[in-house]
Amino acid sequence: MPKHSPETLNGAQIVVRLLERQGVRTIAGIPGGAILPTYDALSKSTIHHVLARHEQGGGFIAQGMARVSGVPAVCMASSGPGATNLLTAIADAKLDSIPLVAITGQVPKPMIGTDAFQEVDTYGLSIPITKHNFLVNSADELLTVIPRAFRIAASGRPGPVLVDIPKDVQNQCIEVSEWPEPGCADPVPVPDGERIAQAAAMINGAAKPILYLGGGVVHSSASQLAVALAEKAGLPTVMTLMALGTMPVDHALSLGMLGMHGARCTNLALDECDLLIAVGARFDDRATGKVAGFCPQAQIIHIDIDPSELDKIKTAHIGIAGDVGTVLELLLPAVDSRQRQPWLARVAGLKAEHPLRMPGVDDPRTPYGLIRAVANCLDDEATITTDVGQHQMWVAQAYPLRRPRQWLTSGGLGTMGFGMPAAIGAALAERERTVVCFTGDGSILMNVQELVTAAEENVNVKIVLMNNASLGLVFQQQTLFYGERIYASRFKGMPDFIQVAEGFGVAAVDLDKEDHPLAALAAALKTPGPTLIHASIATHEQVLPMVPPGAANKEMIGG
Amino acid sequence: MNSLVSTENQALARTVLELDVNNHPGVMSHVVGLFSRRAYNVEAILVMPVGSGATSRIWLLVNEDERLEQMVKQVEKLEDVLAVRRHGAEHEVFVRLEEFFR
Repeated sequence: MPKHSPETLNGAQIVVRLLERQGVRTIAGIPGGAILPTYDALSKSTIHHVLARHEQGGGFIAQGMARVSGVPAVCMASSGPGATNLLTAIADAKLDSIPLVAITGQVPKPMIGTDAFQEVDTYGLSIPITKHNFLVNSADELLTVIPRAFRIAASGRPGPVLVDIPKDVQNQCIEVSEWPEPGCADPVPVPDGERIAQAAAMINGAAKPILYLGGGVVHSSASQLAVALAEKAGLPTVMTLMALGTMPVDHALSLGMLGMHGARCTNLALDECDLLIAVGARFDDRATGKVAGFCPQAQIIHIDIDPSELDKIKTAHIGIAGDVGTVLELLLPAVDSRQRQPWLARVAGLKAEHPLRMPGVDDPRTPYGLIRAVANCLDDEATITTDVGQHQMWVAQAYPLRRPRQWLTSGGLGTMGFGMPAAIGAALAERERTVVCFTGDGSILMNVQELVTAAEENVNVKIVLMNNASLGLVFQQQTLFYGERIYASRFKGMPDFIQVAEGFGVAAVDLDKEDHPLAALAAALKTPGPTLIHASIATHEQVLPMVPPGAANKEMIGG
Repeated sequence: MNSLVSTENQALARTVLELDVNNHPGVMSHVVGLFSRRAYNVEAILVMPVGSGATSRIWLLVNEDERLEQMVKQVEKLEDVLAVRRHGAEHEVFVRLEEFFR
């Protein structure tokens, strides 16, 4: 610890100093009574505070920053409703393994447990949705808790950490003479070399292997290694929703996304494979379908940084706990260079026979056509976020993602309202990029208030609102699986989204009213600053193919 | 772990888990929360501070079912859990405690 002359500081000033020392440049949040001392200290800091308009928005802005950078990002809220409003964004970060440090104010210690104004058991509420959490007992404790929160958030499998700080702890003055080192990720234990050798032998001996990449490849910055393994060993490669971008979707070995809305060829190839090499993937039910029917003939190699993921859903023949990048680095020299015919020929045949069908892809007034039109205006430097629903799956299927951390989506929790604030965060963290948020008329309203935050921060966020006047995925499921009994999924009232955006200070363009929608779209995407691009699509459009919930992946409908 | 149907009641075999944990408020909540969220009943619990009181030892008596392996891995992941050891049901910690429950 470097020595400094002692300073007398209160807890709030200590928090802010520790955040500065941690290298935090931007924080998203909303002040309130119980966090005011910290905001007072923050007012004297060089840290940029982004004033969200709902704590959930603040949480997702922080997530956007964390998802594009891989570095823990910070959100802040007051006690009570401030903290409860943050919970969804924290739970979302937990399920997608996003490093987040949430700092909440709490009522003063003597009032805890008295049902004080704006008191809620933030610690208790956040236990099951955080990687770890703290209720800080003294200003002195902050010197260990804050760096530790960052260390935990970033170590191993990343995740959210919550630090609840009573107001009197924020106000408590102590003398600080030594500052702790910033918290950074712990080294990951070295993987078992013998198992890696066994895995290499299995890959070398397999006739019909498939590489199955998950979000862990993004977190480990291992996409180049994953692509190198696929190329050396001749492995057709599928990606989870979270892994899109790790292998360019137009790579010859890419089979795109697997699972509920994967292409037929992708799920059919998995059905035939004799070896599945899972890398940083957790066999989520949307990826596997009915587990017993997932890769029924395959042996499984499972590589994951989190030992509790091994054998959780499917028993692995070889389970390797370790950083996936490290494991891939050790695995690469041990696998044989293979052309792997006739398996690649068989997969090519499946691709030719059962490709992803994208009806209307040349017409910008259809879902696929609009998504491709947006992509045609941009290069791989653009960052893409989505909300949750049909538009999310269409974009996952059709957008040519080619770069890790290019793709920000709420995968595990599936939170409508994620897209726009996450896009704001992404744009704040990487000012030079264009950030496109694909959203729907259902999702956008769940955090629509952050439009004013986008305007205030003048972020380069383009919101592409695909308006089908319904909760599209609910509408689709009711159509397919509930005898077309459409209930509570079609909106009767419809806001004028152009007026809504303009009312919040965000420019807007309605492609419906443009004679040349492609030109209008290109112009809107090129103009710096936040813009809402509205486009109506038909309510009956479906995301296909679709694996019915609970069915095996080969039992796809449509497509 | 795939089955949502609890088979606890059919399972007769029991396991004693011995956890070394940091001793502060909230640790117990973290541990038992992992069980309760999975509707996995904890049959018996015993906790005492160890040595200086900086750490505690938690003894849990649980039914053995197919989820136990995953439970142990989840418990091991908790920040405040320092070590987990597994014992058979014959372990005397709860047997000797029985006299207080007569």
